[in-house]
Amino acid sequence: MATRRGDTLIFSDPPVIASHAAVGGKKEGEGPLAAGFDELRADNSFGQSGWEAAEAELQLRAARLCLKKAQITEKEVSLVLAGDLQAQCTASNYAMRALGIPYAGLFGACSTMAEALGLGAALCSAGMADGLLAMSSSHFCAAERQFRTPLSYGAVRTPTAQWTATAAGACLLRPTGPGVGIRAVTFGRVQDYQIKDINNMGAAMAPAAAATLLHYLRDTHSEPQDFDAIYTGDLGHVGSQLFRELLAAEGLLLKNHVDCGCILYDAEAQSVKSGGSGAGCCAAVLCAHILPRLERGTQKRLLFLATGALMSQTTFLQKESIPAIAHLVELWAPKKEGTA
Amino acid sequence: MKMTAQEYARRVKKVGPHSPLGTDCLWAFGVGGGICLLGEVLRQRYLALGLEADLAGTLTSCTLIALSAVLTTLGLYQKLAARAGAGSLVPITGFANAVVSAAIEFKTEGRILGTGAKMFTIAGPVIVYGTLSAVVYGGVLWLLGG
Repeated sequence: MATRRGDTLIFSDPPVIASHAAVGGKKEGEGPLAAGFDELRADNSFGQSGWEAAEAELQLRAARLCLKKAQITEKEVSLVLAGDLQAQCTASNYAMRALGIPYAGLFGACSTMAEALGLGAALCSAGMADGLLAMSSSHFCAAERQFRTPLSYGAVRTPTAQWTATAAGACLLRPTGPGVGIRAVTFGRVQDYQIKDINNMGAAMAPAAAATLLHYLRDTHSEPQDFDAIYTGDLGHVGSQLFRELLAAEGLLLKNHVDCGCILYDAEAQSVKSGGSGAGCCAAVLCAHILPRLERGTQKRLLFLATGALMSQTTFLQKESIPAIAHLVELWAPKKEGTA
Repeated sequence: MKMTAQEYARRVKKVGPHSPLGTDCLWAFGVGGGICLLGEVLRQRYLALGLEADLAGTLTSCTLIALSAVLTTLGLYQKLAARAGAGSLVPITGFANAVVSAAIEFKTEGRILGTGAKMFTIAGPVIVYGTLSAVVYGGVLWLLGG
């Protein structure tokens, strides 16, 4: 069962991530983490006629690969928690149409993966689900046409802008068994530091990441150095620096911070400006890079802190500032056989 | 948190890498000027073919628009624009790119409500305020007895 300390749920018997899968597109296949992906496609349309359908296919492939790796069928999954960036979460909805598993759609923008893991861990821990899929996706082309301009429209990207990843990550959660343990979860509170620049999401989201991390550290009486790494999701290079500055103002010096948006691409060589973003970015980095490291034992204990910007096109045009949220999960390397 | 929104805004300004203004301006100047030069070369060619000045001007605009539409369809115009910025946005070719790119992008939503309705999502405001400016300019000219 779980105990609650402040904003944090702590699982005495941590639910586990029994299997995971990451699927990516062309640019992700050219990036530094390509080797960790389970499937990479040079064709970003994934054989579909539209970008929205392509993203649904991307998520479906991640789900099926994850189940295949766990050697189970759809019938053995009790619930799917999934989300994406498309309006009304259609990529997840249409992927689930094909899977036919009980499904609850989530929206936390780019924080969706941590939100799904946190809720999934709570449900598994309470004995309400066994075999739960947590996943999220994003697609560069679907996001561009929804939030920005047509793909073939000529414009200069600002240096603070981030590149929406064409990627999906899926994790199968179980109450017990072998796998990376989800030790604790902190659900974030919405933060708004009056950033209005839609091309600087990292700046909008950094305060949310800092606030959730501070809550977690206070709730669990931990220090940043207790962890092998603190992974944030999609702050990019600009947001990462601001995140570290916000924490420095609190007297915390972060030496083990890594941002998923900064490692998915080679920012300079792949012209992604401030780095990667999108609900699929940190989900794919988690499944292709972070979880394998924990499984190999390279890292033992870390924090995965995914951030999301919660504005819409309408609120942006109405000159509203960008509210942001960050959810945190604490992950532990799998227990070695024979140890308690 | 200890840092206030005002202090944070100051940090954001400091941290955010700024656009390389000099390089951007040079690109815009070079490409924008290049497109205008191409227009002038075309106009001179049309004049040399014996066309009247009015017709030569109209044909030059049409040629540039067609060229931009073809380059947009081939996916080349946005590659140039990613560097050129205002240099490829301001000339008539930029306007053509705005219309054609939207027409291509939204064709998955159908000919009427996709391509037809959304073709002018970017170019629409230019037409609206261009027309409004023309009305104001015309009114001023009429008042001055021009």
